[in-house]
Amino acid sequence: MTAMAKMQAGIPGAAIYDRPVVEVSGLNLVFETADAPVYALSDVNLTINKGDFVSFIGPSGCGKTTLMRVIADLQKPTSGDVRVNGISPEAARLARAYGYVFQAAALYPWRTVLRNITLPLEIMGVAKAERLERAARVLDLVNLKGFERKFPWQLSGGMQQRVSIARALSFDPELMLMDEPFGALDEIIRDHLNEQLLRLWERTNKTVVFVTHSIPEAVFLSTKIVVMSPRPGRIIDIIESDLPANRTLDIRESQRFAEIAHRVREGLRAGHSYED
Amino acid sequence: MRTEALPRPRAAEDGLVARLVAGSTLPILTIAAAVVLIWYVAAIFLNAPVLRDSYERAGRAGVTTQELIADAWAMERPILPAPHQVAFELNKTVFQIDPTSRRSLVYHAWVTLSSALLGFAMGALLGIVLAVGIVHVRTLERSLMPWIIASQTIPILAIAPMIIVVLAAVGIVGLVPKAFISAYLCFFPVTIGMVKGLTSPEPIQLDLMRTYSASTGQTFFMLRWPSALPYLFASLKVAVALAVVGAIVGELPTGAQAGIGARLLAGSYYGQTIQIWAALIGAAVLAGLSVALVGLVERITLRHMGARP
Repeated sequence: MTAMAKMQAGIPGAAIYDRPVVEVSGLNLVFETADAPVYALSDVNLTINKGDFVSFIGPSGCGKTTLMRVIADLQKPTSGDVRVNGISPEAARLARAYGYVFQAAALYPWRTVLRNITLPLEIMGVAKAERLERAARVLDLVNLKGFERKFPWQLSGGMQQRVSIARALSFDPELMLMDEPFGALDEIIRDHLNEQLLRLWERTNKTVVFVTHSIPEAVFLSTKIVVMSPRPGRIIDIIESDLPANRTLDIRESQRFAEIAHRVREGLRAGHSYED
Repeated sequence: MRTEALPRPRAAEDGLVARLVAGSTLPILTIAAAVVLIWYVAAIFLNAPVLRDSYERAGRAGVTTQELIADAWAMERPILPAPHQVAFELNKTVFQIDPTSRRSLVYHAWVTLSSALLGFAMGALLGIVLAVGIVHVRTLERSLMPWIIASQTIPILAIAPMIIVVLAAVGIVGLVPKAFISAYLCFFPVTIGMVKGLTSPEPIQLDLMRTYSASTGQTFFMLRWPSALPYLFASLKVAVALAVVGAIVGELPTGAQAGIGARLLAGSYYGQTIQIWAALIGAAVLAGLSVALVGLVERITLRHMGARP
């Protein structure tokens, strides 16, 4: 249990549970560069509820990764209000409210798989016995039992990324922020990992924010799809997906899937200026 | 999805000769043979004028080339001693004489090595401390770095006597002043290498620490330090060789009683070129062994840290 979850559990009535996990209102972010300011995010408003699987989709430079970094307090916004679990992103980060999965696995090459996974637990001061127990549990979740003693270079790219997901899950955060975690993998492995991720999400009931630029990936995974466009980075459309739970890859052949994918594509087209 | 680990490359199990050809032994032996050959030839040409003078003075005429060559390779104080003369001298002073004797090269080598190692330890520690400061405190980089670089532009031969004299004035004599000179040479590559190494973690690896709200200390010990180790070992190899040089240079200006430097100095006073060459080779072997030792520690450490075999 994270410190945040404990805090929430201590409050009777559980009214706080009804609060959105992430609330963003009037968010702007401007990078001051040498020649001209870059408007990375412009007037972004968004609410993410507990248990949601939200995808940010858009072309490169639309600010989807930046938006997630703001939520994670890896980037400070220029103006606007961001709340994570009802508190500021910085307070949420200090309370270890989220697990972050990066585009690259970012494993530490001098640590074995096991010790990569226990890294956040070591930092948080979890006792060794519990570290090992938690590591065993998350390794099972990502189907990597038996690889504890391997070093990262001995694993394939897909396995490395699964280790990084296990690492983010190890301290059991309520919120998972995933920045194109499968972007560097081939489509066959990506399909497989998407299905595994969906099963994982259903089992753990976590809130997931997922950045992607793949339309099928976004539609397949999400309960809510946030379509973004560049220059300035802004939200074009928010699509609540009514695809059933327990989806399998077959759902991509369905009529409803095609309709949602079409709406995403329309949004991307509307937002994209073809002048350049 | 592939769920098996990648197989480790199979160790080569070829014959001895094949390994010699494939490995570095044969190339090294070839170069050594070439050096020895050139050395013998050079000894003839460099020593011949002196010999001809002595033949003239002795009134000997009609000396054959064979005799000249034999004499050139067997002089007592040659301009350039032949390799076997140096080898005999080394054999005598390393293996035949009791290592505790002042005439033993092992004794002198140990004197030099002990101050080199002390200086190496001090220099490496100073280098690491400076690098940690420079990486963590912005103002230190701007204020210290120019001085660190300036310190290395002063020739060590110029500053070594000053260090010895100043330290002697405050009552520090013997091993420590020489170690200071070693440390003066040593810390620089360590600082430069460690600044590079401690800043080598990628932004994504640092961001990861930030998402765990890790402390500066945790980020240092769990990320920056392990990332820097390969850089540290590369610097330490340079530093340990410099430490030996520093210790020898430190022995020269004081007319030290013992050490490789004292041996070189004594040899040049009395024109004992064979002794000088033996001491030179002793110094080279000492530095080489030190570098090899650091290399061994490096291999064991990095292997333990999961480096690819």
